[in-house]
Amino acid sequence: MTATTGPTTEHGAAARAADAEPIIEVSHLTRRFTSKRSETVALDDVSLAVLPGEFVTIAGPSGCGKSTLLKIIAGLTLATEGDVRLYGRAVTGPQREIGFAFQRSALLEWRGVRRNILLQAEMRGMDRRRAEERADHLIELTGLTGFEKALPHELSGGMQQRVALCRALLHEPRVLLMDEPFGALDALTREQMNIEMNRIWRETGTTVVLVTHSVPEAVYLGSRIVVMSPRPGRIVETLEPGLPERREYGPTLADPRFTAAAERLRDLLGASHAPE
Amino acid sequence: MVTTQEARPTAPSPPRSRPPAQPSGGPTAASRALSLLAESWRPAAVLLALFAVWWFVAWRELVPAYLVPSPGAVAETMAADWPMLLEHTWVTTLETIVGFVLAAVIGVAAAVLLVYSRTAEKSLYPLILFAQVIPKIAIAPILVVWFGFGMTPKIVLAVLIAFFPVVVSAVAGLRSVDPELLEMSATMGASRWKTFRKIRFPGALPQLMSGLKVAVTLAVVGAVVGEFVGADRGLGYVLLLASGNLDAPLLFADLILMSLIGVVLFVLVEVLERLLIPWHASRRGNLALATV
Repeated sequence: MTATTGPTTEHGAAARAADAEPIIEVSHLTRRFTSKRSETVALDDVSLAVLPGEFVTIAGPSGCGKSTLLKIIAGLTLATEGDVRLYGRAVTGPQREIGFAFQRSALLEWRGVRRNILLQAEMRGMDRRRAEERADHLIELTGLTGFEKALPHELSGGMQQRVALCRALLHEPRVLLMDEPFGALDALTREQMNIEMNRIWRETGTTVVLVTHSVPEAVYLGSRIVVMSPRPGRIVETLEPGLPERREYGPTLADPRFTAAAERLRDLLGASHAPE
Repeated sequence: MVTTQEARPTAPSPPRSRPPAQPSGGPTAASRALSLLAESWRPAAVLLALFAVWWFVAWRELVPAYLVPSPGAVAETMAADWPMLLEHTWVTTLETIVGFVLAAVIGVAAAVLLVYSRTAEKSLYPLILFAQVIPKIAIAPILVVWFGFGMTPKIVLAVLIAFFPVVVSAVAGLRSVDPELLEMSATMGASRWKTFRKIRFPGALPQLMSGLKVAVTLAVVGAVVGEFVGADRGLGYVLLLASGNLDAPLLFADLILMSLIGVVLFVLVEVLERLLIPWHASRRGNLALATV
């Protein structure tokens, strides 16, 4: 990955667009929610291009419409204005060529770990045996071995998110969309999940878009960090710290490129935030 | 934050965060039996005390025997008339079961229609609520006029009475699905039918089952009331005969059998519940028989 040092690059994607077609292309997207009394602008003229193999993190304060943006990319909500293209095709309804990980793990509480993961295969009508092999592989990859039959309420929050991640990856999607998947976890579990996420990204080559409001998570995971303003959500800046893809956790957090980007991100979020 | 070890991500290590004590499988059989005993000794003791009072009242003849017969007299009648009573019990049971099953099937089907179609919901749900206000017992004579003296009017009445709790609980259950689960299903490209079968319906089962438990006890009431109005068979019919003859022991025996039908069917539905939703029952932590 050609990395520019320095935390800020306005249009990183555009700079690299020469070598690949964007896999996700959002242009001039606006989303308004209208109720009887009022109109809220959740997203205002957002444009974003994601290239194959990128890990884009979208960081912003709560309520800036970043989850809405993700749901629009997935076709779960429609845009008021603007265009979304996934694999070059316009998004007009729910997209099935993706993996989606939800804020809460969205597991079926009556199914054990393995059967929750295999739901993906059942819904898609995938080949049963291949799906089972893949599920077992993912269970091993995420350290869930030994818990195949455990029900969601018997698992910790971190393990539940691992199951949701396996389910989202079962059909080997080229694009993985993640909506604050680790937001509900304690700090330590979250770090572990971040480390695993970085490894899974490297090993699978999946294109990932992850929404978060955690500064270290956004910088540690992202090859590119898109920063959004509070409502109405706009993209204020894109950071490209230029860290290597393979990131050891401790050294990365001490890396000057990381600290510079994290500081810049904190400034950007803090400028629009009440002091905590 | 910087303190985390960097070597961690490489090997698929076992889950580090709070492993559950037992991934599956609940308490042992022995501890289950023990907790069942702990749960049931109180109601059993109350029942025994009531029985003792009854026996005492009859024995001292505090109330004339033609009003309150002794337990012994009731038992004698039950033994003497057993073949006759058994036949009538069977009739009432059959009416109840058929009525209950029909109510369950029609009720769930109606609930699905109401949940999936806005038009159906707007035009039918208020009517269903309104129909519930009509005293069903007052419909019984009309049903006899329409369907005669056979089993049909009893079954219809059982259905009418048991239908309502089924619809209400099924609608509530189907509506309570987490919207995120539906979104997830959409990203999997699942059809409406698959979403219903694998997500919505199983998710509605806990609420549906509690509706079915109410419904099964009401179905007994429907069948018996139907027999009151016009029948030549069934426990309701026997009750009217016994009442006409001032045959108190037979009245009591009949009443006991009616209650037994209700209890047995209720327990059967509860067993069904535990088979269908062990994941839910296990969270209650306790044997639900405490509610019997």
